[in-house]
Amino acid sequence: MSKKEGEGCVRGRKQESASETSPSSVLSTFKTFQQELDTRHDKHERLVKISRDITIESKRTIFLLHRVTSVTNVEEVLAEADAKLDGVRMKISQIAEELRGEDLFQFHRAFTPGIQEYVEAVSFQHFIRHRSLISLEEVNSKLVFLKDHKAEDKDSCTGLQGAQVLTFQVTPTDYLLGIADLTGELMRMCINSVGNGDIDTPFQLGQFLREIHDGFSYIGNTGPYEVSKKLYTLKQSLGKVEDACYTLRVRGSEIPKHMLADVFTTRAALIDTEDGVS
Amino acid sequence: MSVTDMFSNIQGFLSADQDVREDIRKVVQVLEQTAREILTVLQSVHQPSGFKDIPRKCLRARELFCTVRNHIGDLKTKFPADQYYRFHEHWRFVLQRVTFLAAFVVYLESETLVTREEVAQILAIEVEREKGFHLDIEDYLAGVLIMASELSRLAVNSVTAGDYCRPLRISTFINDLDSGFRLLNLKNDPLRKRYDGLKYDVKKIEEVVYDLSIRGLAKEPESSGDK
Repeated sequence: MSKKEGEGCVRGRKQESASETSPSSVLSTFKTFQQELDTRHDKHERLVKISRDITIESKRTIFLLHRVTSVTNVEEVLAEADAKLDGVRMKISQIAEELRGEDLFQFHRAFTPGIQEYVEAVSFQHFIRHRSLISLEEVNSKLVFLKDHKAEDKDSCTGLQGAQVLTFQVTPTDYLLGIADLTGELMRMCINSVGNGDIDTPFQLGQFLREIHDGFSYIGNTGPYEVSKKLYTLKQSLGKVEDACYTLRVRGSEIPKHMLADVFTTRAALIDTEDGVS
Repeated sequence: MSVTDMFSNIQGFLSADQDVREDIRKVVQVLEQTAREILTVLQSVHQPSGFKDIPRKCLRARELFCTVRNHIGDLKTKFPADQYYRFHEHWRFVLQRVTFLAAFVVYLESETLVTREEVAQILAIEVEREKGFHLDIEDYLAGVLIMASELSRLAVNSVTAGDYCRPLRISTFINDLDSGFRLLNLKNDPLRKRYDGLKYDVKKIEEVVYDLSIRGLAKEPESSGDK
């Protein structure tokens, strides 16, 4: 209500000042500001939308990849995941398109969630295939997009001449946070694979998670704030996996294999309830 | 590449990043100090005696802006030119402050709204992002809004000092500004929050004008004829 009053006020005054020299100079500058801000906000919104799509599609890929523990044909799943990730990369190329000639960090907040999720998905797939950690360079090397037909030597810097090559750079921080999320997936994969009677995978995962955990402790709190927050969750995941390995070692020798799954699921449930309490 | 290598790489990146931030923080601290000095100089216009030589105070402030230019020049060398927004948060606040100070000086001198180009010129920075260290539009607008609340104070104090015409001029100016801001579609962000305060400044000044007019202290012709 008060707003309306104010508007009336302004309108009255505007007419009054119209007779004066140039009241419109302020207004016309603000018109240009309006345009500038609107373009900026629009771009931000578009990026947020793309980022959401990337998040959703990456999450689906991760769900798909979790099926490898129960499916016989691993390659098939991996190929399907590849196809999905290609779709995600297409979306990332849209981000790169939007950011052409812009400062990456100006809109960084709009798309970090998506990028982190993508790192999580792509590193998960890499782990399943190669049992190793994907490096930041490898992640980035997949994000070089060729526009039009001319292929050019891939150049790592973003501002490239012409319209041929578009690159997107995942920042080390985004990479780090994505990897931190990956550990949660690995923990789930570990529990799942035990459920399916797979005895080797949990130990591999345990080893791998320990390495990642050591890496994160090495970074400690020199990293950004979010990293230290994720370190806590990482510790929990590691604890679960280590417990699982422990159980397998202790009970594995005593219990027939087909019963193992049973033992394990009760144990996992126990851990979960403990978590809920703490 | 092993996991350990990967993490030590990233650790290297992170500590380099922190060094840059540390450097920036140091420069920004000095910049804030200078900004406070300028503010102190300009604050004296609120005192009755200050009204007499506003031009001299503006001159003094302009001198101090030289130091600001030096500091900002120093700041530019602390990080890669194309990563402005990566470290933006560090100098955002102080840049809004100095924008306000520049806008205030310009207003006191000529009673006009400082343009973004003028601010950029006073601070020896760019307007467009492509050309290097620049003045972000949101920071400019925030600086202008800080000035608006300063002016509402000035309106009150100028009445106390016996200058009855100034509030009327300030009122026209602020109303122009207000209608300008109404054109913007602001998001729910800090700038919007600050803009929401503008209506109180407008209200305050209108009350001052009202008080003056019912007492016959405001002379209409002077408010427009002064320009």
